[in-house]
This record gives sequence, structure tokens and C-alpha cells, in this order.
Amino acid sequence: MAQNAPAVAAQRKPKKQKQSQFSGMSKALVRRETISAYLFLLPSLFFFVAFVVIPMVICVVYSFLEYGIGGVQGFAGFDNYLRLLQDEVFHAGLRNTILIVVVAVPTVTAFSLWVSSAIYKMHAFPRSFFRCVFYLPVVTGSVAITVVWKWILDPYNGLLNQVAGTNGMDWLGTQSTALWFIILILFTTSIGQPIVLYVAALGNVDQSLIEAAQVDGATKLQVFWKIKWPQIMPTTLYVLVITTINSFQCFALIQLLTRGGPLNSTMTIMYQVYYTAYTLQDFGYANAIGVVLAIIIAIFSAIQFKVAKTD
Amino acid sequence: MSTNPAAVKVKKTDLSGTSTGYKVFAAVILILVALFFLFPLYWIVTGSFKDAIEINARYPIWFPQNPTLDNYLRLLEHPALRWLFNIVFISVAAMVLTCLTASLAGYALGKKRFIGRGVLFTIIICAMALPKQVIVIPLLQEMTFFGLNNNIWAVILPTVGWPFGVFLMKQFSETVPTEIMEAARVDGAGELRTFFSVVFPMIKPGVGALAIFTFVNTWNDYFLQLVMLQGDEMAYTLPLGISNLQGEMSSDFGLIMAGAALAAVPIIIVFIAFQKYFTQGIAMGAVKG
Repeated sequence: MAQNAPAVAAQRKPKKQKQSQFSGMSKALVRRETISAYLFLLPSLFFFVAFVVIPMVICVVYSFLEYGIGGVQGFAGFDNYLRLLQDEVFHAGLRNTILIVVVAVPTVTAFSLWVSSAIYKMHAFPRSFFRCVFYLPVVTGSVAITVVWKWILDPYNGLLNQVAGTNGMDWLGTQSTALWFIILILFTTSIGQPIVLYVAALGNVDQSLIEAAQVDGATKLQVFWKIKWPQIMPTTLYVLVITTINSFQCFALIQLLTRGGPLNSTMTIMYQVYYTAYTLQDFGYANAIGVVLAIIIAIFSAIQFKVAKTD
Repeated sequence: MSTNPAAVKVKKTDLSGTSTGYKVFAAVILILVALFFLFPLYWIVTGSFKDAIEINARYPIWFPQNPTLDNYLRLLEHPALRWLFNIVFISVAAMVLTCLTASLAGYALGKKRFIGRGVLFTIIICAMALPKQVIVIPLLQEMTFFGLNNNIWAVILPTVGWPFGVFLMKQFSETVPTEIMEAARVDGAGELRTFFSVVFPMIKPGVGALAIFTFVNTWNDYFLQLVMLQGDEMAYTLPLGISNLQGEMSSDFGLIMAGAALAAVPIIIVFIAFQKYFTQGIAMGAVKG
């Protein structure tokens, strides 16, 4: 398989050729093709518009409304957004979310690349064994993984304290440790997909280039950085984007382990959206936080695309 | 130094791996990390067979001494099988509907030239980059409006609407040669016939990848299940049921492990059985996507 350009980047190109997309087609044919295309698109568009586009619009509209327990009280302008500036919980959530992303994304990417480099040249059995093991937490599901960790970290019945001899230590109830355990568990549920992707991408690197470089006396590191790294760049970009989005949206872990505590030390933006909407019933404000989260993720993704492209 | 035999020797050591020291080091680390990854699963399964004394023991019990089914029996006092049925139904329905609608739409986007194609595609890409969970709150209000809150369709419908599948299917449809479609048309096949008897068989690997991907993601989309189904115990999915059990009886770990095992083991068996397609599918989806 030839090296595929990052899909999103590749999609920009056909737009340029739009003028020529109808070349050689009569008006009647264009009309017929358009009608039949939309008939094919109809079922999918129905679901997309009804359950993605409309909620997005509602989300933005609500973020400008004064909408609490008593229903819609009126137009709030930018009040919900201005509240964010004063909100200590939001500040804690923002800090923790960024810490999670900044720690988890590079470690997940680097570690999964290392594992993949170590296993992709192995024989079929050990390769699929390791790939399978690292993917298992993803398949097992965040809830099952989270409840078992809750038990392992339990202050009284938990295995960690029994093995480490730290009797009664409440790892998830202590401000200085709770977030790090969240990150550790997030890490174990995040590296499966990158490993699968990297193993496939490394297997597709043009072997003749590597051999040619080695004949010319290139070292291992040179081969990696000069030949493999540029060729797996699209995969790295994809891994960075999905890991970033997953880390931003990390929810089950927080809800089941700490509920944002102790003292907001594991509060994340995503959990605050949920908590504000369902516990506080403050829908206008919850949607404003959601909009801000979407903007932050968009900025992070855009930066990653920029950096990856200039490389 | 750059004599021929030397170069050949460098190449050989490289193809077989690297220096032995590094290889041993890498293997040891890999095995240790693999054990660390397998351990939670081991702890779920063994924990689900431990009795209350072993669960609450103050020292590690690595393997149940008196294996018991008590945890599973107590789990069945809750509608756990109903929860299992719900999550299977949701995942299968979302998978079938997504594959059908996305392959039709992806084919139109990939192979047809029509007015509004560029704009539509740009909208789809933008929507994909947005965090799905942000729209879940307004989505609940929409579902309540339609009378679908605490109904499992409230989880299925938005999952089908997510545009990743359309995007993936477009990438696959583009690889279908136009000549084959034209030949079918010359032979008198209509639009739908052309799609189902010519295009669909050619994009089958892509549909398989999308099916697996949708199934696992739907199974694990805990946030959507929590928001949509929290109000009715009979509408719970297994992950949601376990999380509620955990909330109610936070120290009854045996019961919770039985629930976790019931949720995890079936999907792990499916995963191991289809491992090849699974990993291929994910890799294909990403390389193309």
C-alpha cells in the first residue's frame, strides 16, 4: 500500500478542482446525478442533521440563555461566558484537563511508538499477542476497568495498600495523588489503538529505502529519524489528535473514581459540564462550558496539524 | 570499512533486530508491561469468584480458595441479563444502521459528482473534529421532546448520526473503479442495483472495519448511556448498571466484579475471535481516515 497522505489534508485538494468536477457533464446529467446522490445521502443526512447538527445549534443557543432549574429566564448575552472567568471550579478543571493532556498525550504517543517498534518485526504470534494485550483494556471498556481499579486502590480492601504496606492510604482521596492515578489508568486504556496503528504503519515503511540507507552505513537512530519517522508522520498526527480528544473527554474515570474531588483536584472540564447540567441543573452555563471545551479541543487539534505539517 | 561484506553484515544484524542486550531489555519491559495490562482483567475474573471473606481480606489473596458463584447469583437479583441484552441490542442496532446509511452516503460522496458536495464534505469533517460529548446535553433535551428519554433508541439514533462512518466509507468508495460502475449501468442496472451488486461487494472490507469499530465504540460509550438512560433501571446497559451498583454498594466488590466480568468477557471473546479483522479494521480505518 502506498503511503497515504493524512486524509484530512488530502481532502482539501479536491475542493480546488471543484470547477472541473462537472466537466463533460450536461446540465440534465448534473441534475440527475445530484438528485440520485442526495437520495443516497438521505438516510445518513437525516441522522446527522437530527442528532448532531441540531444539538450543536441548541448547545450554542443555550449557552447564551439564562436557563436554570426554573426553565429559560431570558437572554443572558455573554454572561455565561463571563462567569467562566470568575469560576474557581472551572479554573481547577481547566488546569487539571490541560495537565492530563500534556502528560498523557506525549507519553501515550512515545510509549506506543516504542512498543510498536519493538514488536512489529516479531513473528506473527508474539506480535499479535502483545498487540492484543495492549488493546484489551480498550475492549474491556472504561467502566469495567475503572471499577477494578477502584477496588485495587481501595484504602481498606485494596491490593495496592496490601502489597505496598501503606495501610489505609486513600490514594484517590488524597489531593496530591488522585489525579496521577487517573492519568495512569487513562494511559492503560489509551495506548491500544495507537499501537495497532503504529504496527500497521511501520509495516508499510518502504523496506528498500531502509536497506539502501543501511548499505550506506546509516545508524539505527538515523534510519529511524530520517526514514521511518517521516513515513509514519500521518499516523503520528492521527494518534496525537485522537489521544488529545480522548484525554479531553476522559469522563468515566472521574465520575466513577473521584467525582472531581478531593477539593476539585481531579475536576475536569468534561466532568464539570456533566455536573453543572445534571446536579446543578444549570443548563445555560453547562452548555457555555461545553462550547468552550469544543473551542479548546479545536485549537489543540489545529496546532497539532500545523506543527505536523511544518515538520 | 565500507567493504561489501561489512555492509551485508550490518544489514543482517539489523533485519534480525538489534543488539542482544537491547533485545533482552525490550523483551523484559514488554512482558512486565503486558502483565500490568492483563492484571486488572485477571483481578476482575478471580474477584468475581471470591467469597465475602476473601474480598474483604486484609492481605492479598491471589487466587480464590473457595470459588463461589454467589456474586453472580446476587448479580442476577438485579436485572443484569436485561442490561446485557440492552447493550447488545444497542451495539448491534447502531452497527447495522451505521453500516447501511454510511455506505450509501459514502458512496455518493466518493463516486458521484453533485452540487453541494464540497460544502457537505467540509461540514462533515468539521463535525468530526468536535467533541461528541459536548452535544449530549442538548441531545437529552431533544430526546425528551420526542419522548425517547430512558429509551434505548435515544442511544442508538445519535450513534448512527455520528459522521465518522460516512467519512470512512467515502475513502473506501473512492477506490472502486468508475469503469465497473459504468459497465453495470450499460448492462441496465439501476442506481440501487449498481450499488448493492457492484459497489457494496467491493467496499466490504471497509464495511467490516466500520462494523467492528461501531460495535466496540457503542458498547463503550458510557457517557451517552449514562445521560440518556439513567432514569429507568430497565433501560440500563450493563456498564451503566455496574456503575450504579458501584454507587449504591461501593464496598461490595465481589458483586461489582461479577458485573464487570459479565460486561467484559463476552466482548473480549468476540475481540479475540475476530482479532485479525479487528486490528486490520482499525488500522485501515485510520490510514484511510
